[in-house]
Amino acid sequence: MKKEITFTLNNEKIMVEADPKWTLLYLLRDVLEMTGTKEGCGYGECGACTVIIDGKAVNSCLYPVMEAEGRNIVTIEGLMSRDGELDPLQKAFIDEGAVQCGFCIPGMIMSAKALLDGKKDPTDEDIKESIEGNLCRCTGYVKIIDAIKSVAGGR
Amino acid sequence: MDGLKFVGQRIPKKDAPLKATGEALYIQDIKVPGMLYGKILYSKYPHARLLKVDAAKALALPGVKAVLTGADVPNNFKFGFLKDNPPLKSGKVLSTRDEVAAVAAISPEIAEQALSLIEVEYEELPGIFDPLEAMKEGAALIHEEFKSNVLKMPWKFVHGDVEAARKESAFIAEDSFSTQWVTHCCLGTSGCIASFDVGNNLTMYSNTQIPSLAQNDYLEALKTFGLKNRRVRIIQAVIGGGFGSKLDTYAYEYIAILLALRTRKPVKIVFTREEEFLATSPRQCTITKISQGCDKEGRLTFREIEMVLDNGAYTSWGATTPSVMMVPISSLYKVPNVKYTAKCVYTNNTYCQAFRGYGNPQATFAIESCLDQLAEKAGIDPLDIRRINANEPGEVTPQNFRITSCGMKDCIEEVNRRLGWKDKKGKTGDRGVGMASLIHVGGAARVYKSDGCGTIIKVDDNGKVDVITGSSEIGQGSDTIISQIVAEVLGVSIDDINVINNDTDVCPWDVGVHASRTTFVAGNSALGAAKKIKAQIMEIAAKNLGTEPEELEMRDGVIFSMKDKEKSIPLSKVLRKAHYTLGGRMLVAEHFYDPPNENFDQTFRGNLSVSYAYGAHGVEVEVDRQTGQVKILNYIAAHDVGKAINPMLLEGQIYGGGLQGIGYALGERMVYDKGYLKNGNFLDYKMPTVRDVPPVQAVIVESDERDGPFGAKGIGEPGLVPTAPAIANAVYDAVGVRIKDLPITPEKVLRALKEKAGERS
Repeated sequence: MKKEITFTLNNEKIMVEADPKWTLLYLLRDVLEMTGTKEGCGYGECGACTVIIDGKAVNSCLYPVMEAEGRNIVTIEGLMSRDGELDPLQKAFIDEGAVQCGFCIPGMIMSAKALLDGKKDPTDEDIKESIEGNLCRCTGYVKIIDAIKSVAGGR
Repeated sequence: MDGLKFVGQRIPKKDAPLKATGEALYIQDIKVPGMLYGKILYSKYPHARLLKVDAAKALALPGVKAVLTGADVPNNFKFGFLKDNPPLKSGKVLSTRDEVAAVAAISPEIAEQALSLIEVEYEELPGIFDPLEAMKEGAALIHEEFKSNVLKMPWKFVHGDVEAARKESAFIAEDSFSTQWVTHCCLGTSGCIASFDVGNNLTMYSNTQIPSLAQNDYLEALKTFGLKNRRVRIIQAVIGGGFGSKLDTYAYEYIAILLALRTRKPVKIVFTREEEFLATSPRQCTITKISQGCDKEGRLTFREIEMVLDNGAYTSWGATTPSVMMVPISSLYKVPNVKYTAKCVYTNNTYCQAFRGYGNPQATFAIESCLDQLAEKAGIDPLDIRRINANEPGEVTPQNFRITSCGMKDCIEEVNRRLGWKDKKGKTGDRGVGMASLIHVGGAARVYKSDGCGTIIKVDDNGKVDVITGSSEIGQGSDTIISQIVAEVLGVSIDDINVINNDTDVCPWDVGVHASRTTFVAGNSALGAAKKIKAQIMEIAAKNLGTEPEELEMRDGVIFSMKDKEKSIPLSKVLRKAHYTLGGRMLVAEHFYDPPNENFDQTFRGNLSVSYAYGAHGVEVEVDRQTGQVKILNYIAAHDVGKAINPMLLEGQIYGGGLQGIGYALGERMVYDKGYLKNGNFLDYKMPTVRDVPPVQAVIVESDERDGPFGAKGIGEPGLVPTAPAIANAVYDAVGVRIKDLPITPEKVLRALKEKAGERS
């Protein structure tokens, strides 16, 4: 049985009918067709599906959709401004060469975003902690760390 | 090469904005109207007779549109290098990844449910899981029709007289080494959508690394299915990682095709993560016996290697990895006498395929570990023995490789200097240093009959440049490298260049993303096309300006005379003049580049690549004697790349390859127990995380390769080739134990330390 839930998604209030068996990721990708959030494993081990819920980075593949009720959820689609201006983190990932195949990148950026929103001047340890649940097979993480640092330092 | 505006610059990857905003569409993200979802049922046993596959209950489930079994594969179709692999099995299953049945349904959930309703009766058979067992006389045959478990691909290379050299050597080291299965772990899993039109022409949405070869494979399949003279179009989605995993066609692709034919609907199959672990093909595990000798001065006298590779139950292109293993075996360092034999052996394990390095990492692990053993026997510093034997420009190696540019010695010196080798080598304590070098093909490799790539450039009315290339983008940055090369030649900005690289209906032929070849081959192809289109543009501009084409240059999209700067015309205007003139013309140029690489002859000789890439890795480790844990304190990865077209993207290849190499060296391993995969998920398979990144320096050495585009050579694979032996050598230097079986886990280090202590007491 589907139930109605209301929450804020990328700064807009939305109301959807959701099946309590769904995950948030299913709602985002398969129902709302917002495919920016990726599914890399489906069991919370790769971080490709990371979104920000009430300021915290969360694996949306493990998140029961009913829990979204009343919450503030931001996905990768929500980072770009309406006039097309990219978030400083997105720019940094592009400019620092942190993107290769790119499949992990939306999740990686959301994890870093949650960190930087909460902590203006994170330590190297903070940065590593923020993305330790985000797997990347292409980059060796070096330029991803550089990209996050460049934004953290620049604030 | 002064005055370069785009080549050599740290230009951001062209498709990075799409990927950083989530706009890039991977196969997971693509839906086609009316699309069904396919799922595959895999064998319950590694070796069994299929007594019955009953799909009736599954077919009766509402929403199920088709169920296929081995009986539905037309005309005994098989795929793979030796055509030994039917997409759905009948009679017998030979491994736990064998496809027994497949379903197409209106949702993935229904398809999944339908799988559980398929009734399969098996008669379990004893399996063979060790290639050495499989080689024994009287061993049960995996494929009875082949009469032997050893593949009829006799890999044997002999040069000089190894036996005589052995007798004359002052020092000899010999030992055995082995390597494990590791898997690509692409973050985007494998998948495709197969779709037929009314004329039975196939459109395949795919993430293949080899569109032209896959197109050929599918055409062959359609022919066997009774569909002759059809067209196949491959549209590549954005590819979520390749590393060799998409260098061959897989059963799931043919299953999607068969399901689409049966249902007359597009059928999508996308692997779950568990399936990705189970049903894609890992790097071969190897058992290597090696001996090497040197004279009193440390000059190598011979190298002899015998190797056994676990082929698994079926044969993919991966069975040809011994040909690439020969590259380091015959030509890493100057070695006058070489003997190499390799056997690929059928077992009831997973079948293997290409993975970054294509055999080179396994071979180099044995060679470079053993070289340190030899250096110790000869009383020579491991760095010095590498200096003494380093490859040099102008050399012709035992396999007839003609060495052009070679920065190997420079790479070794970078390791020496940056690691502080002399101060750290051989010191007591728990720290140690180790190094290893590499050779790899740097100018593609003639594995197939062609090693070419085509490019078409067309320039439109507004002065924008479309570069249509055969080469695929799998994250490595070919879109950007090609843009830089074309921008440099033409004198237009990077942003004015649009690279089209994902549609066989449009793109010219290319042999695929393999052998670290894309910058070299696709780059040279783009370079040739850019020169041709430039000549056309200048010819028209010259007519309009009343000058000679030779005195014209283009900068920022404006053409001007170098003699008289007043004489100038924007590119867009030239184009309009070409189009809006009676008897006008298009501005299109094409160029096919196929390097003068040679196929091996019967004796495995031939200049496989027109240039070779070199590198040296050095590492300082600390070994915890209580836990056996190896910690990397410093990592230097120096690579001779000819010329760095884009140092930023190039460093990304080195860092990424390096960490894959560290995973290979220290932790990654697919655990198979009697044919069953025990750790097919990210929890249990230890792929490196950000926590595993050591302090690392990517060092670019430029040697200006004469045949490379702007002097460049390949870098895709080399980053992980010498990693494992460098670490193994460092562990030995630190605590005096040599781990000869990858990965170097804490358990193995502890056990070796214990054994060593036992020896001493």
